[in-house]
Amino acid sequence: MSPLRTALTVLFRRELSLAWGGGGGPLLACGFFACLTVLVPLAAGGDPAGLKPVASAIGWVALALASMLSLERLFERDLDDGALDLLATGPLPLEAVFAVKAVSQWLATGLPLALTAPVAALTLGLSPDLLPLTALAAAIGGLGFAFTGALGAALALGARRGGLLIAIVVLPLFIPPVVFGAGALERAANGMDPIPALALLTAYALFALSLGPFAGAAAIRNAQS
Amino acid sequence: MITALALTGLTLVRGERVLFRNLDLTAAAGEAVALTGANGAGKTSLLRAVAGFIRPEAGTVAFLDADGDAIDPPEARAHGLHLLGHLDGLKTARTARDELMFQSQWLGHSHKGIAEAIEGLGLAPLLDLEVRKLSAGQRRRLALARLIGSPRSLWLLDEPLSPLDARWRAVVGEMMARHLHGGGLIMAAVHDPLPIPTRALDLGAGR
Repeated sequence: MSPLRTALTVLFRRELSLAWGGGGGPLLACGFFACLTVLVPLAAGGDPAGLKPVASAIGWVALALASMLSLERLFERDLDDGALDLLATGPLPLEAVFAVKAVSQWLATGLPLALTAPVAALTLGLSPDLLPLTALAAAIGGLGFAFTGALGAALALGARRGGLLIAIVVLPLFIPPVVFGAGALERAANGMDPIPALALLTAYALFALSLGPFAGAAAIRNAQS
Repeated sequence: MITALALTGLTLVRGERVLFRNLDLTAAAGEAVALTGANGAGKTSLLRAVAGFIRPEAGTVAFLDADGDAIDPPEARAHGLHLLGHLDGLKTARTARDELMFQSQWLGHSHKGIAEAIEGLGLAPLLDLEVRKLSAGQRRRLALARLIGSPRSLWLLDEPLSPLDARWRAVVGEMMARHLHGGGLIMAAVHDPLPIPTRALDLGAGR
């Protein structure tokens, strides 16, 4: 294997093991997501009909919040223990390091959340026909969440109370996927074609995927100087 | 491969404070430079500036290859140098083996080098332990292993020997001597003298 391939492989394996292993990772996010979506029907007083019009909206807000949980660890730990210096002196550019970390974040948090999403949708009273679409939209949206979220985490590096800062930086950037994702479910629930909304959601994910690494790497360099 | 390092007119500023002005230094293959100076004199900052993390206020850092041509600094950083600060980049929840393999492979390993590092630094009994269970000296030995595990010519070291006992200081000293003998360069921030012949560079009193 070429040295670059080796470097990419070992980094990817390390990031996945850190994302899966460190402090509960996916379980924590999925648990949080499930709790939030169970709380809402309880708070609404057990009237499923009243909840139905806003079910997809609540589901997507909960998904966005759950996606943010593990962002603080993404770069902060590596900065604190010096691993970020090591990553910056490797053969791959920081942009690639950022992308690998964001993809690992998606695999370790985004995809498990997408698998939990149908369950959450059921608790919120969404029609069972929509469950595959729910999972698909959550998986695509999760990719966007992972890259914009990682960008927020990189921007907040070195700040005191970084976790709070990440939430404030990232939540406004999460508005488009929440709108498109909930829109896709809404359209499908009303018998319309969900593809236009899904296309917009995918476009957002690709936008985050292509711009995030450059902005994120610049933010990391700034934090290291 | 980096065979010479040239700093010309280097001025470093952190915040409002000038650490040093107009620093000139050239080091060739086989030479070790010992940076001394009080706490806060700028030893660590100088190492980070050479590694490309801090942009100097004035002056340049240049790396030369065997033909005397300049090596692009990002290229030098990606393939030619090790930076080992007091933060060692080891993940406490992973085993020593995972971390040794990751750090060496990430930086461009040689199988022979990794075996040599395990052997030379006495890491074999530690490999299956989690990093959090290692003592400070054991951790430092594990971090130093990447210098041998992935051959790179310029070593930038920040207090490399501080947590080590006399025996391991001697071992690491021999490691450094071999590296210099093989055409490497070392720049190390130190308080205690290194067990190898060095050129001293005093950054002054600090504050």
